[in-house]
Formats: sequence, structure tokens, C-alpha cells
Amino acid sequence: MDILKQISESLQKGDHEKVAMLTSQAIEEKIPVKKILDEGLIAGMNVVGEEFKHHRIFLPSVLLAARAMYAGMDLIKPLMIRDNIPTIGKVVIGTIKGDLHDIGKNLVGIMLKGAGFEVIDLGNDVTPDRFVQAAKDEKADAVGMSALLTTTMTGMKDVIELMKSEGIYGKIKVIIGGAPVNREFAEQIGADSYAYDGMKAVEILKEYVKDK
Amino acid sequence: MRPTVEFLEEGLLERIVSEAIDILCKIGVEIHNKPVLEMLADHGADVRMDNYRATLTEKIINKALVSAPSSFKLYDSMGNEAVDLSEDNVNFTPGSAAINILDYETGKIRKPTTSDYIRYAKLMTRMDHIASQSTAFIPADVEAKISDSYRLFLSLLYCEKPVVTGAFTIDAFEIMKDLQLAVRGSGEELAKKPLTIFSCCPTSPLKWSDVTSQNVVDCAKYMIPVEYIAMPLAGFMSPVTLVGTLVQHTAETLSGLAISQLTNPGTPVLYGGSPAIFDVRYETTPMGAIETQMIDCAYNEIGKYLDLPTQAYIGLSDAKLLDAQAGLETSIGAILAALSGINNISGPGMLDFESCISLEKLVLDNQICGMTQRLIRGIVPKEDFPMIDRMEELLHEQHLLISDHTMKYLNEEHFMPSQTIDRANRSRYEEEGGLTLNQRAHQEAEEHLAGYKKPGLADDTVKDLVRLMEEEAKKYGMDKLPEREE
Repeated sequence: MDILKQISESLQKGDHEKVAMLTSQAIEEKIPVKKILDEGLIAGMNVVGEEFKHHRIFLPSVLLAARAMYAGMDLIKPLMIRDNIPTIGKVVIGTIKGDLHDIGKNLVGIMLKGAGFEVIDLGNDVTPDRFVQAAKDEKADAVGMSALLTTTMTGMKDVIELMKSEGIYGKIKVIIGGAPVNREFAEQIGADSYAYDGMKAVEILKEYVKDK
Repeated sequence: MRPTVEFLEEGLLERIVSEAIDILCKIGVEIHNKPVLEMLADHGADVRMDNYRATLTEKIINKALVSAPSSFKLYDSMGNEAVDLSEDNVNFTPGSAAINILDYETGKIRKPTTSDYIRYAKLMTRMDHIASQSTAFIPADVEAKISDSYRLFLSLLYCEKPVVTGAFTIDAFEIMKDLQLAVRGSGEELAKKPLTIFSCCPTSPLKWSDVTSQNVVDCAKYMIPVEYIAMPLAGFMSPVTLVGTLVQHTAETLSGLAISQLTNPGTPVLYGGSPAIFDVRYETTPMGAIETQMIDCAYNEIGKYLDLPTQAYIGLSDAKLLDAQAGLETSIGAILAALSGINNISGPGMLDFESCISLEKLVLDNQICGMTQRLIRGIVPKEDFPMIDRMEELLHEQHLLISDHTMKYLNEEHFMPSQTIDRANRSRYEEEGGLTLNQRAHQEAEEHLAGYKKPGLADDTVKDLVRLMEEEAKKYGMDKLPEREE
């Protein structure tokens, strides 16, 4: 079997050791890095995403596949930097100022990384300044904010207002999530989108960076 | 520990049984079938042919109790073990013999057709938590006299699972037996690997018709398992008290046991029933009433005390639609039945006093059955002690989603319901259409039907089944059976 197909299938099974081994082998065989990424790792993760969406596999299997994805990414990352190949996208994430609830945000981070995104995780209790600074410094494609409390979710609007005054609103997408948040709230505060769970966030962000 | 529920305290159970035996030995039972009365007389019963009454003896009843097996198994049409009716094992089967179907498109009831029955049988192949099929409803597009055998024919053709069924006439038994012989190849094989259970119903109070008593005898001759379905109606055709109804149910069931075991000792039987309370406001027999379900669970205890496997019509609803009442009555019944350890629970799919099948309800009930099966597996430790290492793993890894322990026990510990059960967050629920339960169940049914695979019956067997059924139809003036889809 084609080695890229083997990478994809081992990734789907969550076998991180095999993915690492096969990725090394593919590098040795001088298969272009971009091809290893797109037709091996990301192709496998796309299948996992679909399977999860249709309840044929559950979250643990997605996370195992994500771990296998990292195993492959760790090996090709230096080569991507050397050859100036971008990741599929870069996202700055964090929980909003005053909110220490980061379980959901962490899950989103794991799933984004698993899908091939570069994730800059600012942690929890993140001020608008830090969100905006990181987005600018990292030349991020998107900012992801999360809140669990109705009292903190209003802070998301502050980030967006600061993005506006810094001139990056509209250029860098804003995606929000968390238990009290919904689509209407996203529209109200001017966020580009709302994701009801981690896989949805991946789906939306993949759509945003598709034409990059 | 397997969770359980009990209703009859020690002493009460014994009194119910001894009172029932007393009734059978003093008042006796009315049986409109001369050969059966003669057989009982040969065994010492006091029989009067003029009013069809047989007064039994303790000896007859004890003999029947001794020879009836304490457990048996059912095998699918391919010969694989499918249902284990022993100890406290719980198996589900759809309710039976509804005369209407709730049409998803119109939301109204109508008479079911061959095409509905085929959809049902196909769906049953995919109902993972319902171990056997039943001849759940009566297609109205064939001659009434073959409507019983025709259901069995369609079930065997489209689904491998064993079948809970029954004959409406004495003559129908022949073809229904022949269809089974065609699948198994011989009478010996059929006796060794039962494929069906026949429901045989006495009439309350204490009466057997010619047809039903003859069905018991005919099944016994072929060792075809029988479930006795006594239907005392508390407050109307039996005492208003649950205990009084239990005494009568016991007497009626034991009389059936005597008929089968004297005909052929060792014939497998289920100590079953479909009793109910009588609703004196609406003049109806509510299957979803809590008292009905209590009677069911209690007679199960009596059956177990008599060392017999058990059955009940429980886990069904009197609601007319797939509404909250449908869910609550079905769930209460299914859970009580499973906690009680009723071996064969007949109910899934049924509405409206068991007169109406809904395929969407069948899909929902499959989930209720799955949850119930999970419930009775109880709470048991699985590498949980000591837990220090796991807590350290959690603190270190930040979550246990991909822990080996999680991967090993997730599927055992958490029952994963289908998408009919809504567990999405509100946004996702709305984004996916904000579907009602009925719509989600219908969607699931359609997905199952799209994934249907035909049974593995040999071509010759299929040809035999079709030939037998066509010949039977001709006898009753039907030259052609309705069209069947693949």
C-alpha cells in the first residue's frame, strides 16, 4: 500500500507510533513534505472528523487520532519551516478575562492541532490586549474565545472593539464558544462565527482558511 | 450486583399458589375441546363433557410442574443461539398482533399492508437491543384466514431473528409448523433448536377455547415452545385486588401448563400473561397502568418460584401517538420488567392497548431496551481500586479521554444511545433541524432500512417457504400473494 495511505489509516486508528515511523520513512523516501501533510496526515484526520460527526466513532478516538497527528507533525514541522510551507492555519485561543473555565477551550485546542492548525493557546483569564497583541504578532488567521459564565461572556465584545480600533477586525476572523454563548450573541457582538463544540470549530476554521 | 425489584413477600407468594391450586381442584377449568378433556380425565381429572368442565388434581399440577423445563433457548433461522430464557436473563421482543399502524406521513392510523410488514421485519434486523422478532401486526391485504401464517412467512423471509407468534385458528397451526420445518429441515432439528414461541391465550375467567387449547396440544407435539397469555382484568373479569387477580392468573396459567405437559412432558413453556386492571371510567384495559405492570412483575415472581422461565406483555403504552405518555409508560414497564428479571419482555413498538404498531416507536423502544439492559448490569468496579494512579494521570494529562482505562471500559460503562435520543447541545440541536423525537426516530428508521441486509437463508429454503405460503393462500381463494419488494 501507498505509504501516504498507510499514514492516513494508522492515524485513523490512533496509532501514533506507527504514524511517526511511517512519516520518517516518507521523509527518507523524499516524498514532498506538503504531500505527506495533505495526503497522509490531514487526509486521515478528515476521515476521523466525518466518522465522529456521524457518531461512528467517539471523542476518545478523535483525540487518539489527534495525538497521532502530532507525532507526524513533530517530524515534518522543521521541514515545513525550512521549505517555508505554512500550516493550514494559525489560531490564537483563550478563555475570556475573568473566566478560569478552560476545559472546553483545551478540547478545542487539541482538536484544532489534531486537524493540522497551529494553535497559540493563551490560557485562561486572557485580557483583550493579550488577545489582540498575540493575533497581530503571530499573524493569526483567527482568534478563538471561550467563556463559561454569563458575567464574563460580555468581555468578548471588548476584544472585538479593540480589534476594530487596531484595524485587524475583518482581517482576522473571530470565533467564539462556551456554554452561555450562542449564534445570536455572536451576531450581536460582531463575531464572525459561533461553534457549539470542538469539531464544529474545526469545521468552521477549515472553511475560513480553505482558500489560503 | 444486579439490581432487582420484588413485590411479593414470603408467605404471600406461597398462599397465592396454593389458593390457585385449590381453585383448579375445586372449581376446575372450562375447556371447549373434547380430546383435551379426555386426556385430562385419563390423568385423573374429574371431567364433565356436558359443560366442558375439568376439575384438576394436585397430582396433575405437580406432574406438569416437574416435567416443564426451567429454561430454554431460541435459535435464529440460521441455527445460531439468539435468546437465552434462563435465570434472570432479560430479552426483549416487540408486542404482537396489532391491527393498525401509525402512519408517519399522515400521523393517522390505518390498516397495515404487506409492504409495512416487510419494512418492520427489515427494521427488526437492525434493532440491536431487541433479541427476537414477533409477528407484531396483521397485514390487512391478505385473506383473514391466512393472516397469522402470512405474518410468520414474511418474518422468516426478511429477518433471521426467532419469532414470537401464534395461530388464530386450529388449521393455521399446520402451515405455521411447516414453514418452520422448511427452515430447520426436520422435526428433530426444530425440537432441538426452537425457532418460535406460540402465544396461547386462555379466556378469563378459567376458560380455554377449542382453538387455543388445541394450539397448546399441537405445539407440544412438536416441542414448539408456548407462552401462556392469561388476561384477567382486575375489577371486571377478576377480583379488583392485585392479589386476587394474581391468584386467578396463576390458576389459568397452571391449567395451560397441565395441558401441554400431559400432552408431551418436557415441552418448553413460558410462564407469561397479559393481565391488566380494568379502567372503570373508560371501560378499557390499560397496559401502561402502573398496577398492570405490578401484576406482571408479581406473577413473574410466581413463575420463578415454580421454576419456570417467564414472559409478560409489559413496556408498552396506551398513548395514541409517540408522545410523552408513550415514553413514560414504556420506560416504566421496561425498567420494572428488567429489574424483576422477566425473561421475555413483549412490548416494544406498541401503542393504544396493543392495537397499534409504530415503527418510530419501535426505534425509540430499542433505545429504552438498551438503557434497561445497561441498568441491570448494575454498578461494578472495573480496575477502580486503588485509584491513586488514575487521579495522578488525570492531574498530569489534564483529562482522561484517551486514558487506557477509558478506552477499555467506555463501551461497557456508558450506553451510547442512537441519535433518536437527543443529547446535542441546544445550538447543535437547532442547527440539525430542531427535529422532534418522532422525526428523529423516523430518520433513524430510514437509515436502518437503507442499511438492510437480507437473511442468509438458502435459495431452496426461500423457494420452499414461498411455495408453502402460495399453496396455503390458494386454499382460501387467493391465487396470488401481494407483491413483495426485495
